Amino acid sequence: MAEPVFRMRDVSKVYHVGDLEVVALREVSLELFAGEFVVLLGPSGSGKSTLLNLLGGLDIPTAGEVDYLDHSLSEGGDEKLTRFRREHVGFVFQFYNLIPSLTAAENVALVTDIADKPMDPRDALALVGLAERADHFPAQLSGGEQQRVAIARAVAKRPDVLLCDEPTGALDVETGRLVLEVLERVNREMGTITAVITHNASIAAMGDRVIRMSSGKIIDVAANATRMPASELLW
Amino acid sequence: MRIGALDLKILRDAWHMRGQILACALVVAGGISSFVSLSSVNRTLASSQAAFYEEYRFADVFAHCIRAPEHVAAALGAIPGITALETRVAVRVNLDVPGLSDPARGRIVSISRDADGGLNALHLRRGRMPAAASQDEVLASEAFALANGLGPGDSIRGVMHGKYKTLRVVGIAISPEFIYALGPGQLVPDNRRYGILWMDRKGLATAYDMEGAFNDVTARLSPGASNESVLGELDRILAPYGGVGAHDREDQLSHRFLSDEITQNRTMARITPTIFLAVGAFLLYTILTRLVQLQRSQVGLLKAFGYSGTEIAFHYLKLALVISLVGAAIGVGTGLPFARYLLGIYAEFYFFPMYGNDQGLSVVSAGVALAVAAAALGAVPAALRASRLAPADTMRPEPPPRFHAGVIERWGLRRALAPSSRMLIRNLARRPLRFAANVTGIAIAVSLLVMMTAMMDGVAYLMDWQFTMVQRDDVQVMLMEPRSRPALDSLRSMPGVMEAEPFRLASARLRSGHRTKRGLLFGIEEDPQLRRVVGADGRAWAIPSEGVVLTAIFAKTLEVRAGDTIEVEVMEGNRARKDMLVVGVVDEPIGFSAYVSRATANRLLGEGDVLTGAYLQVDASERDRVFAQLKAMPQVAGANLREAAYSQFRQMIDRSVGIMITMNLVFAWIIAFGLVYNGARISLSERGYELATLRVLGFTQRETASLLLGEQAVITGAGLPAGLALGIALTLYFIWMLSTQMWRMPFVVTGANLVGAMAAVAFAAAASGGAVAWRLRRLDLVAALKARE
Repeated sequence: MAEPVFRMRDVSKVYHVGDLEVVALREVSLELFAGEFVVLLGPSGSGKSTLLNLLGGLDIPTAGEVDYLDHSLSEGGDEKLTRFRREHVGFVFQFYNLIPSLTAAENVALVTDIADKPMDPRDALALVGLAERADHFPAQLSGGEQQRVAIARAVAKRPDVLLCDEPTGALDVETGRLVLEVLERVNREMGTITAVITHNASIAAMGDRVIRMSSGKIIDVAANATRMPASELLW
Repeated sequence: MRIGALDLKILRDAWHMRGQILACALVVAGGISSFVSLSSVNRTLASSQAAFYEEYRFADVFAHCIRAPEHVAAALGAIPGITALETRVAVRVNLDVPGLSDPARGRIVSISRDADGGLNALHLRRGRMPAAASQDEVLASEAFALANGLGPGDSIRGVMHGKYKTLRVVGIAISPEFIYALGPGQLVPDNRRYGILWMDRKGLATAYDMEGAFNDVTARLSPGASNESVLGELDRILAPYGGVGAHDREDQLSHRFLSDEITQNRTMARITPTIFLAVGAFLLYTILTRLVQLQRSQVGLLKAFGYSGTEIAFHYLKLALVISLVGAAIGVGTGLPFARYLLGIYAEFYFFPMYGNDQGLSVVSAGVALAVAAAALGAVPAALRASRLAPADTMRPEPPPRFHAGVIERWGLRRALAPSSRMLIRNLARRPLRFAANVTGIAIAVSLLVMMTAMMDGVAYLMDWQFTMVQRDDVQVMLMEPRSRPALDSLRSMPGVMEAEPFRLASARLRSGHRTKRGLLFGIEEDPQLRRVVGADGRAWAIPSEGVVLTAIFAKTLEVRAGDTIEVEVMEGNRARKDMLVVGVVDEPIGFSAYVSRATANRLLGEGDVLTGAYLQVDASERDRVFAQLKAMPQVAGANLREAAYSQFRQMIDRSVGIMITMNLVFAWIIAFGLVYNGARISLSERGYELATLRVLGFTQRETASLLLGEQAVITGAGLPAGLALGIALTLYFIWMLSTQMWRMPFVVTGANLVGAMAAVAFAAAASGGAVAWRLRRLDLVAALKARE
């Protein structure tokens, strides 16, 4: 078996909210491999977003180890994590998080400007089928289009991993499916490790592996024998 | 009392936004502090002046002559319009003050015989009144007594009518006539070297051979009496007795200076608070507009619960009330002590009872009302917006704001700009009014400093102009009365005197058409060296052998130009009237002077080679000896030392201007800090989501901070040069407002001061920007991704 790209060992994460202690992850161990498409399923508060934040270098664990290849993500200051995100991670958010004052192409350029060997922003937009909308501002785009711009922005720097937090959460079925098709295509054509968080179980069928979470623990990891194309998903 | 839930909410909101609220409250406080201090000083000065004048019966008209028999008083008193008239004896005197090497001089005025103190009544501060018919007991003016450490029981020596005499100080007094005592030829009071003394009329008359006669008249007029006609009658009746022209309060030095000071002070008391409160209202507007925007869904919820639009509006107005009350409290708390401090400074120069205590309450309540009004002005638009929000709309997230490529980008700069620069430009361009208001605020901060430094430079220029360009003498000697040539020779021949340049000074009335103005006819040498006539351009004028050169203020008052003819009436001697050609107008900033050659003055007065004084250049090593000799010369009425005048001037400027510049620097900093801090905080609040996204995408803290502060930098960058322009305009406005009849502030703006003003504001902006950038460290990346505004 190939070496894992990401490795989490006995990772716990505890938040302090006021006087309360909230345990978001309890001794979770997980490995992610090159080129795989992983779907993280679970109800609200199951810890899937926390897991994604740790993988993306947005946060550090309270206990345990998170490694990306030979870098440790469990320690190191803000600067080190920022560099990690800048060089290796693409993020897709539930609410797109586009900069309203920049056009689609400029939103992509925002990231390619600080990347090492990025794609041309227009090529990235073409990849998500929005070449002709490059000069539109977010306010002029539909929700699905905005999310595709966000994906273009995430992949334009050719990241090693694409982390998507409820990418279809704010979209209707048709548009959501279109967005998932784009993610599928990026994963297939660029070989980017893709992790999608969702509470929509129907999406699970399109992943190589499905990780189910509950109360801060991984309760099940299942491999799909065949991946269902996103275009055939139903929910 | 139980605080309602809604009020608790606004209190907690206020605590949450305490930084911004404090910034805004400080700006309001600046306005209220300046309002309370300047207004209460102004009211105190104005009401004290009015009260002192009224209670001590300050005269309306004044006249002086050489010697008139007492029976003339009846004719004077019968002039229509005069309700009370008093004749007096008033003389110049040379004084020998213990511990002062150079000569001091003064004026001795007879004390009214009236039981209630008569006109220009004296207010005895210490000691007692001189005994009737006493020939050596005097009252000393408080200013002179304080400056020289004199008190009842002390003695000074004076040369009275050519004889040395010891005068015993029995009391210290003040008078409405000499609140501000300026000796002849002085620009600022030198209370050490010039003082007023009062003596019993009989004793003074005996010493000066004035028994049964008078040489000075003052009178009160009935309301509505024509000053013009009364003055004309006084002149007509006194002319045979050597009258030198009657004048009203307008030309009474003490009144003139005090009134000008009050007018200037009133100007400041209006402009400064207005600027601050306008900025404060703007800050409040931005803070509340943003708060309402942030709390859209809360407003919707409250409405859904059944709160009315009015209740919601009041809810937000209460926050404005809190800010204005905090601002007013700080403003009043600093303004009142500052007012006392300012009045303390005034009390060093103006001697009269200051009745300040009754002003406090009304000024304070006016200040609080102003603060509340300014806050309401800023808060009402946001409160109305909140009250009009429809509950259903507020539950939906606001659509992304619309942006478009602006003019700058359409010019083709688009390719040249990085996306981050485009974000910045579009964010600013999307709210042009907010941008303009912010730029204006920064510009105001800069302009306050430009104006203040320009004023300081103007004063420095005035001093330089007066004491190095115009006056190049060491001592100006004033003679008791016009003397012929030998007097000059005796001055010249004094050991230590290197050069003596004579002058003939006379009071004159100038006329052009129906316009009349009293001034000084200054007869000097045609090519003067020790006392020159210098225009704004620094060029020294030669005095024409015929015709007259007027100061710009004089020419403007009379509405004449070079080439016009005016009528000159001398107010002494033969009272000659003659038409003279205005040869030139010199742009001198101070006073009403008409320069002629001394020969012209002598011709006009129908006299020979006569002088009333001379400018001396003195060998530094012989200085004390020259002073001693001058002190002993009975014909010398006084000597003005250039150096002493300079240091008096310097001292006055340092005391009053120093505090003003500090105050303005603090004010400018408060404004700049308030604007930039608030602007950056609002920008952080509006775009925290955006900035957190960028951080997640791999932007460093520094990169996001530069995006956040870039806008403030552009605003500050645009505000700085705009501030220079505004500052120059403001300076010109202030010069126009502050120019009194006596003098005009020159316009002096130096590069160093412009740069300094910009640097000071840029520093405050950078400091407040840094304070906000610090908060970026605490930006919650994870939360920002989840929250959808």
